[in-house]
Amino acid sequence: MNFSRFVPQKQNLSRREFLKVSSLAAGAGFAIGSVPLVAGEATPAVQQGLGHFIKVTSDSLVTVVIKHLDKGQGVTTGLTAIVAEEMDADWSQMRWEFAPADATKYNNLFFGPVQGTGGSTAIANSWMQLRQAGAAAKHMMVKAAAKRWQVAPAEVTVAEGKIKHKSGKTLSFGDVASDVAKMTAPEKPNLKDPKDFKLIGSNIPRIDSPEKTKGKANYTLDVNQPGMLKAVIIHPPLFGATIKSLDKSEALKMKGVKAVVQTPRGVGIVADSYWTATQARQVVKIDWDESAAEKRGSKELWKSYKTMAREEGQVVRNDGDVTKAFKEAAKTINLEFEFPYLAHSAMEPMNCAVQIKEGQCDIWTGSQIPTVDQGVAASVVGLTPDKVNIHTQFAGGSFGRRAVPNADFVLDAVLIAKLSGLDAPINLQWSREDDMQAGYYRPMTYQEMKASFDDKGELSGWHQRVVSQSILRGTPFAGMIQGPLDMTLVEGGHNLPYAMDNIKVDGHEASVGVPVLWWRSVGHTHNAYSTEVFLDEVARTMGKDPVQFRLERLKEHPRHAGVLKLAAEKAGWGKKLPKNKAQGVAVHESFSSFVAEVAEVTVNDDGTYSVDKIVCAVDCGIAITPDVIKAQMEGGIGYGLGSCMSEAVTLTDGKVDQANFYNYFPMRMSKMPEIEVHIVQSGESPTGVGEPGTPPAGPAVANALRKFLKKPLTKLPFGDRLDLA
Amino acid sequence: MIKFKLNGKSVTYEGDSSKPLLWFVREDAELTGSKFGCGVAMCGACTMHLNGNPVRACSTPISMVDGGSVTTIEGLESKTAKAVQTAWQDLDVVQCGYCQSGQIMSAVALLEKNNKPTDEDINAAMDGNLCRCATYHRIRKAIHNASKSLAKEA
Repeated sequence: MNFSRFVPQKQNLSRREFLKVSSLAAGAGFAIGSVPLVAGEATPAVQQGLGHFIKVTSDSLVTVVIKHLDKGQGVTTGLTAIVAEEMDADWSQMRWEFAPADATKYNNLFFGPVQGTGGSTAIANSWMQLRQAGAAAKHMMVKAAAKRWQVAPAEVTVAEGKIKHKSGKTLSFGDVASDVAKMTAPEKPNLKDPKDFKLIGSNIPRIDSPEKTKGKANYTLDVNQPGMLKAVIIHPPLFGATIKSLDKSEALKMKGVKAVVQTPRGVGIVADSYWTATQARQVVKIDWDESAAEKRGSKELWKSYKTMAREEGQVVRNDGDVTKAFKEAAKTINLEFEFPYLAHSAMEPMNCAVQIKEGQCDIWTGSQIPTVDQGVAASVVGLTPDKVNIHTQFAGGSFGRRAVPNADFVLDAVLIAKLSGLDAPINLQWSREDDMQAGYYRPMTYQEMKASFDDKGELSGWHQRVVSQSILRGTPFAGMIQGPLDMTLVEGGHNLPYAMDNIKVDGHEASVGVPVLWWRSVGHTHNAYSTEVFLDEVARTMGKDPVQFRLERLKEHPRHAGVLKLAAEKAGWGKKLPKNKAQGVAVHESFSSFVAEVAEVTVNDDGTYSVDKIVCAVDCGIAITPDVIKAQMEGGIGYGLGSCMSEAVTLTDGKVDQANFYNYFPMRMSKMPEIEVHIVQSGESPTGVGEPGTPPAGPAVANALRKFLKKPLTKLPFGDRLDLA
Repeated sequence: MIKFKLNGKSVTYEGDSSKPLLWFVREDAELTGSKFGCGVAMCGACTMHLNGNPVRACSTPISMVDGGSVTTIEGLESKTAKAVQTAWQDLDVVQCGYCQSGQIMSAVALLEKNNKPTDEDINAAMDGNLCRCATYHRIRKAIHNASKSLAKEA
């Protein structure tokens, strides 16, 4: 998700950041108003006992209430560690549970009054909030123990989950739990000096490893309430097609089929088992009205994007005088880039369970924006949002897919439950084909990059033009568009950090009927690629070393330069390699974290190639859980690399060509490079790591492969075989 | 009537014999560790062992397991399985975790037959198991570590 512009570039906690989402109210049909909130500060000043983030039971177990969705990024571990650190708890006594949907308590401090996970903000927005909650808890436990012992609080300490008096007396957290529940939390508890951190920065094991290794973790797929029915849905074959007529008679005759309902989004089939619903699906007859559907294929869309690119778009950056630079240029170079639509294709196809009963709506799903899903469900069912209870489940991946402004698959499930009139719980499961063909892709994007050089051969001008679809326009999040252009098109391009006198970035929003969405690192997926590949081309034209060239122009950006130097050093940049091997580099900032990657590739005479190794350096401020950070870099690299090497969603006459993993090709074991991750030691506030590993992977590899090619790789994906001719 | 062993216990099934094993195990036997990912044997999230061999349960009609013995992630208890699951936890392989039951079932089946797999062997045995979190790097290491710990025990 792209909420990056609401994340303070420097995590200055006194800086006030306001986010107005009044459009949400209108768009999603529920009232949350436009309540400005202060980023980075804990919400309530006065609260009773431990508040709503921490529970301590008499057995001394400490449960942290996790307001974010864990879709693999390890936030349950990270957030729990922050609380444990400030409480001086022992890691073995820590537990966690997902928070309910309640934005009054669990809003993302960077999203204003919205509870949500995205934009790599979970750790960053919770950092001070949970440190304060943990510190307040410790303060109260010390006070309670001091009172019990009739001693001064200054004589009481806490370490490794034990409350101790200097005399040697000890109490457990559980011993004082009931006393603490009656106390009032301090408004400004003393926070630890970071140099005293014990858990933070250490290699804490992932808290969800044991259950996920034994097949015991629960996902939406596994939700099994008493009497639960299963549902599948048939979506239109083309985006924008509607139902002309429906014949459900055959399906209704099948044993175990409970209902077949026409919804505004398709046809839902409810049965006693998933297999029965799948069988019934085959005999439902639908006549579609395709008159208003998007019927253009990829070919037509590329043509239209290229036509649009002939004109200047909305200019979002214009430093110096690019026109003059090009007019007076001794030499110019240009590249045209084509990025296809990409499917998130999380391992767990989208799903959501719903029960509407007795004036309540219960939802079991993995939701990145519970506030939206809750609001949409409330408006569909005709309830107030507080009557919609979301029971968050682990998500089997998401990469942005479970954060849909119109609630998408949650809306499907709620509509089926509502229109079937059944009060049994119903678990809607999309098939892989539904997941791949029902939309919400990384937008297809066309880019033109141009550079000019003066008569001394110096770079004199840089011009980037982007043609893509807006993710935000026309959605309840349109209020996030603050200028003439949805900045998700150009993020990572318009804020190019390299020192240049003349630089211009402009963009066109194409209007296409294919639904698009944030896909792990959003606009950075294509802008990091185009800018870093083109930058290498500029360096090559000037006869400069790619690392040296970047460093010369990153003097005002020490964190970019820091990761670049570290990655280059660890990878042995410039080392002598056999003829069939080469290195390539890319550096990129996204979501306030900085990542550089050096790729090493092997290219064979027949054009086949392998990515052998990626050395990655990341600066994400204070590293709370270093091993989780490394895992996110590894995974982010695999995700980014897979997309650049082999993934594409294409359309023919408006219909998606891909259906399943036999024609959509994510990264597999045999293609995965060895990865080495180095974390920059930093005292800056922590920033996210879910997305920032992804953007530099593709361009680093492309820059390495370039050494064997006549021209750079500008059309993605690369495919299995390079054109060496 | 179809009769087979599921994690060592006898089970019977009557009904549509084309129903995939996965849905019997998940919905009838209520063992939910094996996941649904693609329905066409292309992702491996549903991997179980049939008579010791890894199979994709989403595409295995229940009629095919009649008289056989099926093991799911819930029924793993061999020395090899313990070594694999320990290695998985030691390295914190999992991220979202959804594919990991299938990954572990494939890894155990590999090590049961080949206790010293090379990287090439691992590619061949594991390429059918997709992981969108791309935990491959750690899966490879965990398989090597499990192999080493088994060699030490032997």
